[in-house]
Amino acid sequence: MTTIVHYGAGNIRSVQRALERLGEPSVITSDPEVVRKANRLILPGVGSFDAAMQNLKSHGLVEVLRQRVLEEGVPILGICLGLQLFTQSSEEGTEPGLGWIAGATRRFEPIDATMKIPHIGWNEIAIDKTSSLFAGFPDVPSLYFVHSYYVTCEDPSVVVARTTYGQTFVSAIQTGNIHGVQFHPEKSQQIGLQLLANFLGTT
Amino acid sequence: MQHHVRVIPCLLLRDWGIEKSIRFRDFVYVGSPINAARMFNAYMSDELILLDIIATREGRTMRPEILEQIADEVTMPLVVGGGIRSIDDVPPLMEAGADRIAINSGAWEHPDLITKIADRYGRQCVVVSIDARRSASGGYEVVTRAGSKPIGTNPATWARRAEELGAGEILINSIDRDGTLEGYDIDLFAQVTSQVSIPVVGMGGASSLADCRQAVDKGGVSAVAAGGLFLFWGRRRTVLINYPTQEDLTAEFGADRVRPRVPFNPWHVLPKPIEA
Repeated sequence: MTTIVHYGAGNIRSVQRALERLGEPSVITSDPEVVRKANRLILPGVGSFDAAMQNLKSHGLVEVLRQRVLEEGVPILGICLGLQLFTQSSEEGTEPGLGWIAGATRRFEPIDATMKIPHIGWNEIAIDKTSSLFAGFPDVPSLYFVHSYYVTCEDPSVVVARTTYGQTFVSAIQTGNIHGVQFHPEKSQQIGLQLLANFLGTT
Repeated sequence: MQHHVRVIPCLLLRDWGIEKSIRFRDFVYVGSPINAARMFNAYMSDELILLDIIATREGRTMRPEILEQIADEVTMPLVVGGGIRSIDDVPPLMEAGADRIAINSGAWEHPDLITKIADRYGRQCVVVSIDARRSASGGYEVVTRAGSKPIGTNPATWARRAEELGAGEILINSIDRDGTLEGYDIDLFAQVTSQVSIPVVGMGGASSLADCRQAVDKGGVSAVAAGGLFLFWGRRRTVLINYPTQEDLTAEFGADRVRPRVPFNPWHVLPKPIEA
């Protein structure tokens, strides 16, 4: 059973649907009591940084997530905005992030007039093959991105995938029980399902 | 800057059926969107655009129950449009499976809707869809309400305004070329792409992959969408859901601009989570 944290806007049903395809039951919740009992967490993300942090706070989720994840070691996967919330801050807003990863979320800068923002579409990730997230992956994986902001990490050892769009940015992190991906595995067809399955395999 | 070109099937829906038009008229029933979605997912198309073509006229949005059944067939991005005119229209569609929302007449008639959706869901969720045709004076004019209502503006101007209001992407569709398979209107695309810094998807009249490449190279679009090209096959335009192969795409665009695809597993055998 996976607990998908609902903290406002966005299509989180597609995450649930993807898990259903893998035979994994899941519950979508914004109730801290349900999160307190979670054994596996997904923090999906569509929306804006400030609104997301404010929603997490107003639902009383920040503390219970910190406890489950940082103290009790429950595996968590942050997707897109979810990954960005793990950082300390974002150029998108003024709210501090969860701060579980040292680093900041920055806005893409166009390197020329043909570089359009948001970054929308499929793009390659250069992976650390030793990461459990990428078990069974082909050499050149391509997944779906849709974002205007990207994550930077102060500690390169947490970075398990990088992608280039104008700038080279962090596309996946993994440190202990904390996993995060900038792309949308629930929208990346077979390879996305493989990643989700790999995440489900971590206990 | 090189990027992967997205090649996107676009399905026009009327209730439970896909319809195909020519110049926004002469609609003909093509088949079930549920089957089509399943096939496009198997073909690994980059995204899927679903537009309900009579929703605005009937004062509603796409029916969530139809969208839900289509969404069940795919694990790729779904752009959904048709009749959206208020922020309250969005949550049921997101719940039913929409990843990104396309607004056309609704955006023109309620411009603050673009900003509202962008503020709540992020600008990457908002696609402003623009239908355009040649105007009497030789330029282009935007027409809303399924091609029935000229609004007195040209598409480049409206696209730029839509970006300012918060749109994350523009879908530009040529009414003149719609359904004709005569080729994209590259001039129309070039006019729009020169005015915006957000991605533009070009649509209307796609005749071949070479045409798609022209749309990118000369028209400046980031992605191409097509209906007829992926729904019909052969001289007699018989219905056959199709999508270019990896070889076709690579030959046309070059390996740098085509996303690598993991070969599709035809037995739908999905990886099992590792048991603890």
